[in-house]
Amino acid sequence: MRVTTHRPFRARLATSVSRGAAALSRATGRGDGSVIGGRLGLIIDPDLLAHLAAGREIALVSGTNGKTTTTRLTAAALGVRGPVATNSYGANMPTGHTSALAKAGETPYAVLEVDEHYLPQVLAATGPRVIALLNLSRDQLDRAKEVAMMAQLWRDALRDKPVHLVANADDPMVVFAAAESTNVTWVAAGQRWHDDSWVCPECGGAIVRADDGVDADWRCTTCNLRRPAPQWRLDGEAVVGPDGNRYPVHLQLPGRVNRANAATALAVAARFGVAPADALPRLAEVASVAGRYAQVQRDGRAIRLLLAKNPAGWLEAFDMADQAPTLLSINARDPDGLDTSWLFDVDFAPLRGRPVLITGDRAFDLAVRLEVNEVPFRHVPTFAAALAAVPPGRLEVIANYTAFQDIRAELDRVN
Amino acid sequence: MSTESRLRIVWLYPDLLSTYGDRGNLLILARRAHLRGLTVEPSEVRSDQPVPVEADIYLLGGGEDGPQALAAQRLIADGGLRKAVERRAVVFAVCAGYQLMGASFFAKGQRCTGLELLDLSSDRGPSRAVGELAGEVDPDLGLPTLTGFENHGGRTHLGPDVRPLARVSVGVGNDGQTEGAWSGTVLGTYSHGPALSRNPALADLLLRWATGRQTLEPLDDTWSDRLRGERLTAVKGTT
Ligand SMILES: [Zn+2]
Repeated sequence: MRVTTHRPFRARLATSVSRGAAALSRATGRGDGSVIGGRLGLIIDPDLLAHLAAGREIALVSGTNGKTTTTRLTAAALGVRGPVATNSYGANMPTGHTSALAKAGETPYAVLEVDEHYLPQVLAATGPRVIALLNLSRDQLDRAKEVAMMAQLWRDALRDKPVHLVANADDPMVVFAAAESTNVTWVAAGQRWHDDSWVCPECGGAIVRADDGVDADWRCTTCNLRRPAPQWRLDGEAVVGPDGNRYPVHLQLPGRVNRANAATALAVAARFGVAPADALPRLAEVASVAGRYAQVQRDGRAIRLLLAKNPAGWLEAFDMADQAPTLLSINARDPDGLDTSWLFDVDFAPLRGRPVLITGDRAFDLAVRLEVNEVPFRHVPTFAAALAAVPPGRLEVIANYTAFQDIRAELDRVN
Repeated sequence: MSTESRLRIVWLYPDLLSTYGDRGNLLILARRAHLRGLTVEPSEVRSDQPVPVEADIYLLGGGEDGPQALAAQRLIADGGLRKAVERRAVVFAVCAGYQLMGASFFAKGQRCTGLELLDLSSDRGPSRAVGELAGEVDPDLGLPTLTGFENHGGRTHLGPDVRPLARVSVGVGNDGQTEGAWSGTVLGTYSHGPALSRNPALADLLLRWATGRQTLEPLDDTWSDRLRGERLTAVKGTT
């Protein structure tokens, strides 16, 4: 299969303008260029994304959490087959997709991370072969749609589409979204956060789970919605595939959730003819994703950065973090959402027994939350003060979006 | 409070009315009561369960239009909350929960009947009110400045049988002038989510109402006070 070189003139012009603007943006130090380049390109040709997608075999990755990481892992796995275009900077709206494809030039494959809200649009524009649906939960409270509405949006967009889904069997919202699709590979990718899926999105009935496990069996007590039998699942440190084979997964990325992300990546790659055994060494090479999980040595401290943007993400971060001094940093700037109420949706109890430090614009909101949660903590004014306050050795840092970027900047924009 | 001196706090309908950290109010009240040596019995009652009539404090949280309308229907049909209020149980209702304490409210483009436990009614405002909320509290309640975060599309009109909780200095509240309402031991506010995290004195007022105690021993509120100071400073000059 070859990428067509006969794009309409306007599309070719738009592509070159898009690349030029991206280069300019990078050169002037105003970002990685992926958004501004795509925006200019789309102004010239609104169909540019469709033109750039034409002739490529594409996988989309969407969900509230884990999409940047899963996109990276999937792109690594597909790399076994050939060059892969991907939006690796997390610019996950159509402008970002446009510049990622334009910048990559002709590639046989593309793996695109897609913001949940834009999935219908990007599905229509790119005609993907596979879509990975990871999870849906509350995010950025003062702007996001209700979780069940998002699941309905996905379901409507996916109905009667000739696309293969790789979907999380453990999230009732995802199962509801995929319920009218005929081609689905189910992955037991887990769901640690249950508080957005106690009510059945299909009928309003109560959803019951067999136990508290992250991959517990679940069903609606009123209608037929229930956990589908997964073809891919985790078994300790290994992924078990549809053939029943156990594939040991040795990732540099921490936590169960990243092994689940790897399982999803393997399931997507399998649809493109990549065998798990061929993909696994590629997955093991991924050390960090846009600063997430990055490990930095500073003043004898081994700092690891974990990003958590919403309640479900915080629970996963607690699971990833070692039993070591932990710094929590909270901001509430525009990209984070201005409201800190969600802090009370997170149970910080897993941090009891670790030395906990807090900082960030909204450290006092967190202080009140931790006090109620009976998690002892110490407030530090800056990241530097946090470093000075812990002994040499591991320091886990868990931060929400802009707090994470602030700390990353202090660490010379580690990737 | 019942004779065996257990304080029963019920969070009503978390399956319908729970959006933004609403559980926080339950956790904060339970902790502050516990630190005063009270035995606390917190519980969560879903909308398919009967409302217990014997509890001491009832909490209602925020919610989207659909769940809000459904919660009102089920609470009216159940009748338990009305009986509880008649025996002077305490109700603390937030945002969507506050609106359905009134005679009517708007959800999904329709006027819906409320519980009529507070003399007020709500309709749609010209725009959504999202952001910091602050105001001076009714002097009769003896509380410091109210601080919170609001996120709602409603406007609430107070009748003669309720008093505003506060006079708005920042944000919108009911209508840009007043915020929240109270009557007897029923109190509602647009300060959403864990409203009590920034207003520990309001939490203690609810506990005093519920226990009948005139005073409660003071607690170390260093972090709440710092949070209050920071938020009130942050909104200064935005009026
Ligand atoms: Zn159902």
